Amino acid sequence: MTAHVLSQLRSLEAESIHIFREVVAEMQRPCLLFSGGKDSIVMLHIAAKAFAPARIPFPIMHVDTGLNFQTVLDCRDRWVERLGVQLVVASVQDAIDRGLVREEPNGSRNRIQTPVLLEAVEKNGFDAAFGGGRRDEEKARAKERVFSFRDDFGQWDPKNQRPEIWNLYNGRVHQGESIRVFPLSNWTELDIWSYIEAENIDIPDLYLAREREVVARGGMLYEVNEFTPLREGESAETKSVRYRTVGDANLTAAVESTASTLREIVEETAAVRLTERGATRGDDRVSEAAMEDRKREGYF
Amino acid sequence: MTATTETTSFAVNPERSVDLLRFATAGSVDDGKSTLIGRLLYDSKTIFEDQLESVEQVSKDRGNDYTDLALLTDGLRAEREQGITIDVAYRYFATPKRKFIIADTPGHIQYTRNMVTGASTADVALILVDARKGVLEQSRRHTFLATLLGVPHIVVCVNKMDLVDYSEDVFEQIRTEFTEFASRLRVPDLTFIPVSALVGDNVVNRSDNMSWFDGSPLLSHLERLHVASDRNLMDVRFPVQYVVRPQSHDARDYRGYAGTVASGVMKPGDKVLALPSGLETTIAAIDTADGPVSEAFPPMSVTVRLADEIDISRGDMICRPNNTPAALQDIDAQVCWMDETAPLVKGKKYAIKHTTRWARAMVKEINYRVDVNSLHRDEEATEIRLNEIGRIQLRVTQPLFVDPYRQNRQTGAFILVDESTNRTVAAGMVGGLPHSA
Ligand SMILES: Nc1nc2c(ncn2[C@@H]2O[C@H](COP(=O)(O)OP(=O)(O)OP(=O)(O)O)[C@@H](O)[C@H]2O)c(=O)[nH]1
Ligand SMILES: [Mg+2]
Repeated sequence: MTAHVLSQLRSLEAESIHIFREVVAEMQRPCLLFSGGKDSIVMLHIAAKAFAPARIPFPIMHVDTGLNFQTVLDCRDRWVERLGVQLVVASVQDAIDRGLVREEPNGSRNRIQTPVLLEAVEKNGFDAAFGGGRRDEEKARAKERVFSFRDDFGQWDPKNQRPEIWNLYNGRVHQGESIRVFPLSNWTELDIWSYIEAENIDIPDLYLAREREVVARGGMLYEVNEFTPLREGESAETKSVRYRTVGDANLTAAVESTASTLREIVEETAAVRLTERGATRGDDRVSEAAMEDRKREGYF
Repeated sequence: MTATTETTSFAVNPERSVDLLRFATAGSVDDGKSTLIGRLLYDSKTIFEDQLESVEQVSKDRGNDYTDLALLTDGLRAEREQGITIDVAYRYFATPKRKFIIADTPGHIQYTRNMVTGASTADVALILVDARKGVLEQSRRHTFLATLLGVPHIVVCVNKMDLVDYSEDVFEQIRTEFTEFASRLRVPDLTFIPVSALVGDNVVNRSDNMSWFDGSPLLSHLERLHVASDRNLMDVRFPVQYVVRPQSHDARDYRGYAGTVASGVMKPGDKVLALPSGLETTIAAIDTADGPVSEAFPPMSVTVRLADEIDISRGDMICRPNNTPAALQDIDAQVCWMDETAPLVKGKKYAIKHTTRWARAMVKEINYRVDVNSLHRDEEATEIRLNEIGRIQLRVTQPLFVDPYRQNRQTGAFILVDESTNRTVAAGMVGGLPHSA
């Protein structure tokens, strides 16, 4: 501190705070997309810091796939209560019932969240939506700007992104267009965990290793629960596992781990050899450019 | 993220001074920028197994006899199909000494603006030169842009040394030619390293093939580079970003000015002056969500409370009474033009964003356009087209609080935005001020 050098984590935090303030100052009606996972929790934690001692001046929106781990919903509700933010829920189940989207054969609601998200953004008149995406997650995300322009169909055009120079962000949009904003763009998974530990941030206990009943499928371990019941011929085993990401309960796999404290997770994260999506997301393995395609359509 | 357990020691404590170094690649098409970044990530064991498997698979499917490490950063479908980089890819890695943010930028001239995006915040520009081809027009353009953007350190990686028998002569020739070109630019720190990104010579590991080279491999050079003194800690500049006024009962009297310190060091008790009002007061406290701090310096994001109630809003600037930026409506600037649909021409109006302030600006004059190859100034130029650089005079609807870009990369920078398309069309750098020019 004395040499006036800010540590790298505090530099990242400062950059994220700057981004939040810039959006709130310039956009008409921002919202924060909150999934209940670690990245959106860190994002919300930093949003609270950016406006302290005032409250967060925008609502948070949860695109509820109806396939949530209960502990994730509980954690979401604790955060809403603690920060006094407004929660908007956009329900995928409701959209299925209304015929807006149709259930996919493999049971994944990852892709069909997109129209639900876009509808809710339009209905609420949001012109900016904060997302917890990090560039280290995936090769298409690595290409995206902090202020990511979306046309009036909510689409991303990766070949025609606005230049983004210095920290002079340009959020200007016409009616119907919007921006997605990624305050955690420059954070890595290790940064996220180091920060959660340093700030002692409340996260769903799924992230911590415990003995859980699991079943092996396609090289991945799934917890046996109401979303992923045992199929014919399968047998469960008890293993110490934790989650590295929390997506839909029916498709997010756990990893074998004994890291049951934040400290141990930081250490484990520093040593892992697989990306978090590669290790745990059945839905991302579909094709080489799965993420790019979903993002073009308006995905988070 | 790295595989070594040493990394954990610094990951623990957010206050420990592992600093952040941002670097950007630059150079001509196919000089090996993306391959070099892939090599850096690979040899520093930062690549995850599933990422590596995926690029090995793609390389094999294409019938390559080696793994194409450029695929680690060329993440878009179109890039992988064409084997070129189109837009900046950001990659991250850390060693026990530093965390690095890498911007791998495209060499193709059509995408020069994406190179500018990547280089604008960089501490270091890695300029790649293909040993077989020498210093090309695009190597010069990117070097010129890097210096224009005030990137304080330039490392020239003479790449593909494996294809010139690791020849010291070739390296020396390129070094001489490049140094000659660079001497006409403002390059504070210039280093040359002979490398082979494909094979891995002098990237992370010292090369056995070039014993004649006594400098450091690239990674150790980047780990040791001293960047702390590149920041401006002299001139207090605090552009007000947002006024914090809680609506809750207990904090109703709170009024704080939130922002990111652009330069200088601020302390409670300091006398300050607010622009444009010119009113003076003192700093009562510097707040963060974690409590007040005894000083604030770049790039901290803080909230400043002042001793007196003076009218301050977003776009205003807090500085010291005896050290203020110039408040100017007539701006002399260099611009890099980024719009493919229309050139910059005299008389046209744009939106301008400078620190946290938006205004409108009209192009009063085009002084000259720079030929990046010869650095010749064409004073007859009547327009500045995509990827061209020129010097212009702007008239702004309200005063901007500027410093010359050379003294301050924050308060000397602006962007121009087309008011009908909303596209960012130019990166601008404030030149010498009228009284000093
Ligand atoms: N022999 C040899 N080939 C190399 C070396 N570095 C890169 N290449 C090859 O040069 C070609 C271009 O490499 P890239 O890394 O894609 O080049 P680039 O500079 O990123 O290109 P753009 O981003 O499109 O400007 C590829 O076929 C690489 O395998 C090297 O050190 N030696
Ligand atoms: Mg490339």
